[in-house]
Amino acid sequence: MTHDVLTRVPAETTVGTRAPKKQRNWAAWAFLAPVVVYLIAFYAYPLYRNLDLSLRDYTVRSFVRGDAPFSGLDNYREVFADATFWPALLHTLAFTFVSIAFQFAIGLALAVFFAQSFRLSATLRALFLVPWLLPLIVSASTWTWMLNSDSGIVNTALAAVNIDPVNWLTSPDWALTSVIIANIWIGIPFNLVVLYSGLQAIPAEVYEAAALDGATSWQRFWRITFPLLRPVSAITLLLGLVYTLKVFDIIWIMTKGGPADASMTFATWSYRLSFGNLLPEFGPGAAVGNLLIIMALIFGLLYIRIQRRQAQ
Amino acid sequence: MIRSAKTIIGLILTGIMLFPVYWMINVSFTKDTDMRADPPHLFPWNGTLEGYRAVIDQQMPYLGTSLLVGLGTVVLTLLISAPAGFALAKLRPRGGGALSFVLLIAQMIPGIIMAMGFYAIYLRLGVLNTIPGLILADSTIAVPFGVLIFTAFMSGIPDELINAALIDGASKWRTFLSVILPVSRNAIVTVSLFAFLWAWSDFVFATTLDGGGDHQPITLGIYHYIGNNNQQWNAIMATAVVASIPATLLLILAQRYVAAGVTAGAVKD
Repeated sequence: MTHDVLTRVPAETTVGTRAPKKQRNWAAWAFLAPVVVYLIAFYAYPLYRNLDLSLRDYTVRSFVRGDAPFSGLDNYREVFADATFWPALLHTLAFTFVSIAFQFAIGLALAVFFAQSFRLSATLRALFLVPWLLPLIVSASTWTWMLNSDSGIVNTALAAVNIDPVNWLTSPDWALTSVIIANIWIGIPFNLVVLYSGLQAIPAEVYEAAALDGATSWQRFWRITFPLLRPVSAITLLLGLVYTLKVFDIIWIMTKGGPADASMTFATWSYRLSFGNLLPEFGPGAAVGNLLIIMALIFGLLYIRIQRRQAQ
Repeated sequence: MIRSAKTIIGLILTGIMLFPVYWMINVSFTKDTDMRADPPHLFPWNGTLEGYRAVIDQQMPYLGTSLLVGLGTVVLTLLISAPAGFALAKLRPRGGGALSFVLLIAQMIPGIIMAMGFYAIYLRLGVLNTIPGLILADSTIAVPFGVLIFTAFMSGIPDELINAALIDGASKWRTFLSVILPVSRNAIVTVSLFAFLWAWSDFVFATTLDGGGDHQPITLGIYHYIGNNNQQWNAIMATAVVASIPATLLLILAQRYVAAGVTAGAVKD
């Protein structure tokens, strides 16, 4: 309903057609002037500054004075050679794809479940939105305490079924898993709501016909729901990718990317380089950030492409 | 019979999903001395209000700042995105499609990278650690979304309504103010709700641009609590509960707007 409206070429008559076309354009751009100025000042300029940061050799002093020497791609070379680079890339990809896979699968299962009408289904579905609406610091700190090694409820529950306690946030083997678990929890509502509205768009007659032909509910899901939901699924997954790649808050609040970089992703690495140390490394920090933008844009452009193709 | 079974399953699933929220509330009422009890208390028997007393004693300024930042972000977002939505939906200028494309891309840029750019600029301009600086940065989360919602909504307003006003001699600006805006109430509510919620929840901009400020938002209030060595988890969780109030109110009072906002941009109907 939204994106294709934005990008559709006007076919029908528009407002003020009696006015000369040129005049209409001027009026329209007068309304658009605030957003254009805004985009240049608060999107383009910060991004340009970030690019500039990544191409210069900054020290704290030259950062304030703004006279750092141009150093070409040195910051990028430094970042690529850094021991953190490959682990951070791996963690970023693992965090993103594992989170998405679980969020989508659980979200889809719940959407199918809630699509059946039963008492309270609308209310319960609304309650499922809560994790998505809570401030990330609230969710992250709650999970931090739940996953506490000594006093967390998760280890207590594990002990009840005779599983040894796990050092969720303090062991390098488990830190990444822990932040992924928290992130899955936060992302389920988005997938549920979007997939649910996708399910609503499938006409009931299709299911009725299948039921008449004697299809089992398992067959109905794999032969009807799943294929007909493919367009919405593609959009959900790609949007999820773009959003998950840039997750910073949860990881930083729960583990700060540690221990020993075990949960360090590009987002947290970039932040640590620029703000996390006493001696900030703005150049490399910005370089990592720009690599993250490129990753996000690849998925983002793919998303827009699919969105437009569906709109046609 | 089968229907009520489904309701029961639904209740159980919801219970599992919301367990962390329950746990947050439970811990917020738990006494310091019971905090490390083994097994943990599943229910705050002989609980305490210590945590909430700490919120009132220490967190009020943070909450006030967050409220101010949230409201400021709403106003700024509406001022910029409503006229833009009108132009893109109804005046359809040349180059409008390109602008929409830029807005879509803008939404995808990671906040942490925007924060670094803002930091470099704010440092030079001397607006680090100020509330207007934080409002400006927070609005970047909501403006592209706002334009998107307004464009989609205003496309649905019949052209006749606007043409009638124009024929009566109203200027485009006048038409926008007295015809378009009053019928766009739903879009205004949706955009305002999300702009407020995102500004209220923001941590990335707060920690980078306002980390040393005199007026810090509640997200930093919680973060400082966690960073303390003598972690008072009942106080941390009590603050978290209070910080969740806007989200809860939103869900209770404006549920349909919330669902509309989540699906906007992801699904066509």
